[in-house]
Amino acid sequence: MKQSFYGGVHPHDRKELARHKEIAPLSAAPKQVVIAMSMHIGAPCKPIVAVGDHVKVGQKIGEIAGLGAPIHASVSGEVKAVEPRPYVGGGKCMSVVIENDFQDTWGSELTPHPDYSKLSTQEIVDIVKEAGITGMGGAGFPAHVKISSGIGKVDTLILNGAECEPYITADHRLMLEQGERVIGGARILMQAFGLKSAVIGVEANKEDAIEHLKNLVGGKGDVQVESLRTRYPQGAEKQLIQRITGREVPPGGLPAHVGCAVFNVGTAAAVYDAVVEGKPVTHRVLTVTGDAIQEPKNLLVPLGVSFQSLIDEAKGFKEEPERILTGGPMMGIAQYNLDVTCIKGTNAVLCLTKREAAPVVEEEVCLRCARCVNVCPMHLTPVYMHLYAEKGMWKEAEALNVMDCIECGSCNYICPARIHLVQSFRVTKGELRNLAAKEKAAKEAAKA
Amino acid sequence: MNEEKKLNLTVASSPHVASPIDTQSLMRDVLIALVPALVMGVVFFGPRALVATLISVVACEFFEWAYRKLMHKSMANKDLSAAVTGVLLAFVCAPTLPYWMLIIGDFFAIVVVKQLFGGLGQNFMNPALGGRAFLMLCYPVAMTTWVVPGIGADKWAGLLSGEVTMAGADIVTGATPLSADYMHGGLLPDVSLLDAFVGNVGGCIGEVSALMLLLGGLYLIWRGVIRARIPLAYIATVAVLTFLFPMGGNDRLTWMAYQLFTGGLFLGAFFMATDYVTSPVTKKGEIIFGIGCGLLTVFIRYFGGYPEGVSYSILIMNCCVWLIDKVGKPNRYGVTKEMKAAAKAAKKAGKEG
Repeated sequence: MKQSFYGGVHPHDRKELARHKEIAPLSAAPKQVVIAMSMHIGAPCKPIVAVGDHVKVGQKIGEIAGLGAPIHASVSGEVKAVEPRPYVGGGKCMSVVIENDFQDTWGSELTPHPDYSKLSTQEIVDIVKEAGITGMGGAGFPAHVKISSGIGKVDTLILNGAECEPYITADHRLMLEQGERVIGGARILMQAFGLKSAVIGVEANKEDAIEHLKNLVGGKGDVQVESLRTRYPQGAEKQLIQRITGREVPPGGLPAHVGCAVFNVGTAAAVYDAVVEGKPVTHRVLTVTGDAIQEPKNLLVPLGVSFQSLIDEAKGFKEEPERILTGGPMMGIAQYNLDVTCIKGTNAVLCLTKREAAPVVEEEVCLRCARCVNVCPMHLTPVYMHLYAEKGMWKEAEALNVMDCIECGSCNYICPARIHLVQSFRVTKGELRNLAAKEKAAKEAAKA
Repeated sequence: MNEEKKLNLTVASSPHVASPIDTQSLMRDVLIALVPALVMGVVFFGPRALVATLISVVACEFFEWAYRKLMHKSMANKDLSAAVTGVLLAFVCAPTLPYWMLIIGDFFAIVVVKQLFGGLGQNFMNPALGGRAFLMLCYPVAMTTWVVPGIGADKWAGLLSGEVTMAGADIVTGATPLSADYMHGGLLPDVSLLDAFVGNVGGCIGEVSALMLLLGGLYLIWRGVIRARIPLAYIATVAVLTFLFPMGGNDRLTWMAYQLFTGGLFLGAFFMATDYVTSPVTKKGEIIFGIGCGLLTVFIRYFGGYPEGVSYSILIMNCCVWLIDKVGKPNRYGVTKEMKAAAKAAKKAGKEG
């Protein structure tokens, strides 16, 4: 029997706000897009266009500099500026500002391969790399690296359609409306890994999507659709692998260590676009939602559109928002500036009212109620980890495996004393990384 | 763009939503769960049981407020934890205990056991049980002067005013399920099993009705306030031991049932041993803790100086919580048995080399 993961929480999912809204393009193309040069884990890209250049849709404007994926223009027009601009991940990031000429001239260098069955693994990896595909679920790991590093090790290909974060419905609508792209992408990835089958994991609260995908696969049966228990963080990579295969990714390890590769359903759709249609990643589906939003929507947007224009597209606010997030309420990042723009991993713009958002209150004392221990999907003891973290006893916290924390926020959500556990563990992990770097440097110095 | 600049946005670390359950609501649920037992206490011991409980609650809240005020600490009355201690301490005292003694117990529980160690979350012993232990040492006679249950409405007024308290025909010392004859000698108490279950027996205010305590305990488990592991492990341990070793030539099942339903076992298992602050946080730890409490309870009942062992067994286990949590630390995620064995072998090789 395949086991589920341990713990987890079940916040109100609030997906009803946007569940039945069809994916729509923007009603008016944006006048300007600001494309950040960091849309993935790894080194930011190097801009390869200059002010005054004319660019076409799909033209490469950012080149890989280390680990990463190239970045393409999402509209055609003139480059107005190449400068640091406010960034969804916090602070500022080098960005290319393009003024739209509304011509939509196409300029991708990729060639469509409607019959992909003859492509070799290397050819698929190259296309995925050139198309700039990164994990569309939020983390943004470059997809071509995931494929090439997993070849030969991976025996199970998993597509993540869990979408366990509350509010977000982008993946749900994508599976429902463009399921053939998702399944097509899955088959291309299967071919790249040399596998005969793949599994799509979808949380049980998306019954219609599960049915739809099953119908699309039909009698072929090469792609299985698995209904998962609706429980956060079902869509976390390690928890999903555990649920589908019963394997646990070792500490500090990657899914490939247990023979798994996990791709978001949006990533699979992007792979399909790149290989079959020769389209790089220039657009993505995201959800604009929250109680503060007049008309919650699922939108197909060009990368680089500002949050402000996305909120305007959803008819603005009906109530004053207290927090605006990129991503879901459990792991999303709070924004203070609506000039930040959508990147490849932006799956939602979430506007929470004061009623919905966690109350901003002083931390109370820890009761030792053990709720955090009972919900932690990584088998940690947040109550003791926090005790050490508070006192700056980083090494003692490390002994409790704080580095295994996936920052899913379950403990923080459930804490009756409203202690900011995740924040405290982030600090601890940062301090431990610094310590490790220092120790390493000292060792090297001693050697030399 | 000017309009948007006026937005008053909060920037905080994720997660951005929180469960509606907070400390106060947890404590409120515990208080609600204690109500059925209190009702039975009043039915069998008269309104004095209610008055004693109320006095104890007020005293606890007062001591909590006064201590924190005097020490210039933040006010903590609204979390209701002192009220829970107040109810529990009243519940583990004899219905005839003079109010002033009860108040001294409250003082010890709140100020000495809880606040001196830093207040809520910091004390290592259950405050109510600490208070009871203190009262047992100071006033052993008053603490074990039992009143016959179902005393009758005509005597209620007398009890309330204190006329009928420490002496008189209504007071029976020693003829309760908590007597040494029963616990040590195997002489069954003079009540039917049904009476013992419902609570029509002598004993402390809140401990007599196993039925109502069970109801309250199930409510807490259903609400997710407590987890079933500690009470289950605790009660099961007592059940198994008393079933295996009946005393006084009694039938195994009857003996076990009396042992479970009388004394403070259900109150202790559902409301005292599960006290967050003084119980382990890990799954394995909770089970070890419950079994430990059960073993000690039976040992004290069979061989100890006191006829009843629930409170001391929990207090003793409270002191071991830190250690139990170390033992009960969950297995690290993703570490298989083979990896553990390999790590052990490497360590051994490192030592030898």
